[in-house]
Amino acid sequence: MLRLDSVFTDVSTRWQHFRHDADVGVRGIGATLAQAFEQAALALTAVITEPTAVRPAHRVEIACENVDPEFLLVDWLNALVYEMATRRMLFGRFEVRIDGSRLDASAWGEPVDLARHHPAVEAKGATLTELRVGREGAGEWLAQCVVDV
Amino acid sequence: MDLSGLVRKSDFEWELPPSGKMRVPGVIFASEELVRAMDQKVWQQVANVAALPGIVRASYAMPDAHWGYGFPIGGVAAFDPEDGVISAGGVGFDISCGVRCMHTGLQVAELKRRQERLADTLYRRVPAGVGSTGRIVLSDGEMHAMLTGGARWAVERGYGTREDLGRIEERGQMKGADPGAVSEQAKRRQRDQMGTLGSGNHYLEVQRVAAVHDPRIAETFALKLDDVVVSIHCGSRGLGHQIGTEFLREMAQSASAHGIELPDRELACAPIRSPLGKKYLGAMRAAINCALANRQILAQITRDAFREVFEQAELALLYDVSHNTCKLEEHAVDGRMQRLFVHRKGATRAFGPGHSELPDVLGDAGQPVLIGGSMGTASYVLAGTAAGMEHAFGSACHGAGRAMSRNEAMKHWRGRKVVDELAGQGILIRSPSMRGIAEEAPGAYKDVTAVVDAAEAAGLAKKVAKLMPLVCVKG
Repeated sequence: MLRLDSVFTDVSTRWQHFRHDADVGVRGIGATLAQAFEQAALALTAVITEPTAVRPAHRVEIACENVDPEFLLVDWLNALVYEMATRRMLFGRFEVRIDGSRLDASAWGEPVDLARHHPAVEAKGATLTELRVGREGAGEWLAQCVVDV
Repeated sequence: MDLSGLVRKSDFEWELPPSGKMRVPGVIFASEELVRAMDQKVWQQVANVAALPGIVRASYAMPDAHWGYGFPIGGVAAFDPEDGVISAGGVGFDISCGVRCMHTGLQVAELKRRQERLADTLYRRVPAGVGSTGRIVLSDGEMHAMLTGGARWAVERGYGTREDLGRIEERGQMKGADPGAVSEQAKRRQRDQMGTLGSGNHYLEVQRVAAVHDPRIAETFALKLDDVVVSIHCGSRGLGHQIGTEFLREMAQSASAHGIELPDRELACAPIRSPLGKKYLGAMRAAINCALANRQILAQITRDAFREVFEQAELALLYDVSHNTCKLEEHAVDGRMQRLFVHRKGATRAFGPGHSELPDVLGDAGQPVLIGGSMGTASYVLAGTAAGMEHAFGSACHGAGRAMSRNEAMKHWRGRKVVDELAGQGILIRSPSMRGIAEEAPGAYKDVTAVVDAAEAAGLAKKVAKLMPLVCVKG
């Protein structure tokens, strides 16, 4: 049974971290698949810093494609890891559009500010561990995997 | 972990007999207490690895084994070059992550007089933490040269000396690297990251020799009580992470096309002889060179920092080990020497005395095996043994392993308080992130002493010296 470590909740969408021995599990839950992906991205940011501390100063466009929705989640999170690493940015707001196997997204954020963000750790990549994308009992969409840090 | 179903071969060796699709047994080297503390997922992961094609003899777990992705962290598995597989998950994202330990020529009493200044100087000079960059920006040509040259490339550019190379695995340069197999994205991620420490559990630590367990080998390693040494724990930075990311996905999605039935898709692998397997091997070896070059540059930055504070400091390399690799090695199997691809994921190579890979100066001592602890706790220098060559293809543990998650740690500790408490114990911490400090608090890790004691009792390696921290720069 996975134990939840931290939870941020509003009415329908939320993100969570779940326990993994060495790394961190990220989970997004939403009314739609796209919302679940947006929340998973927030969970990814929360591994590094407090998402609300990240100002949405710059927008970065991201696109990926995969016929398997689970691999699409891995590709989406890895695209964010790549953008964070090469632009030295953090992202705090996400807008995801999914059409079949295609994902288009906007991510808003700003350059890393050590004094304000206190980034704890850099994400190395999304793994296939505990990888799950699908609808849960209550009809909510869930998107999760373990991220190597 | 539930012990029922495990066969106790000795107090420190436990066997999972083959069942289901396992081709070989699983073997866990650990005390009963450590095995009980392991997550049940370690069992499953050891068993899953044992089901991969071409695996030889057994799927091993070291005393610090914990739940990883695909392979357990602390996992060792060797594969036949003809019909075996190579696994990106069996190496990990931080390819060739490892530890380098250097002498300083200083004694604790001397260091204490300028400890604060040294801590500040190291922190100012060593790029550490999220978003940090090095002073080098690699051109395409230099990227290619670095990926094929490793630490040798760094030495040729003035970072360190030729004497260093003999005390690095592969003599500082991994052969068979293929920069062409490394994606442009991976290269872009690395362009300005040479000579950076990274974040998380990576660190640069100034340590004192707090105990000598084996005086004879310690003398060969030139370690004496109260000597000051410096250890660097980091890996192949963004390049390795990106290579791991790309190949993990590609191997997982193409496994069935290669006729491999994965017990779990996170065991992503490809036949060693397939184009994908060969491509990964070339890219992974390039990432090993990246890690070796990175630690070599960091070593020179550390030397410069020490000399700024202590003019007489001479930082000679003790040894440099990697604990996330897959290497082609020769091992005795059923009395016959055989070439094998040995995966070590969170496991340190621990070659026994007289191995041809080791420098002559080590004489009849085995390979130095460098085991990192956490801030405020011990690290250890071990030595490879002849018995360890038989047990798990010359492998030992790599560290303490986390006892609690990052989120749990953050709830338990405040970074500032951890720093103040450690300062009270004479350990100076420097880090850009107080949250990072809380997540890396000493109490968040298992007892490294229990791990190395088990490694020694199991015959994997021999304890030589215990190191205690004086200064720690965390990313």
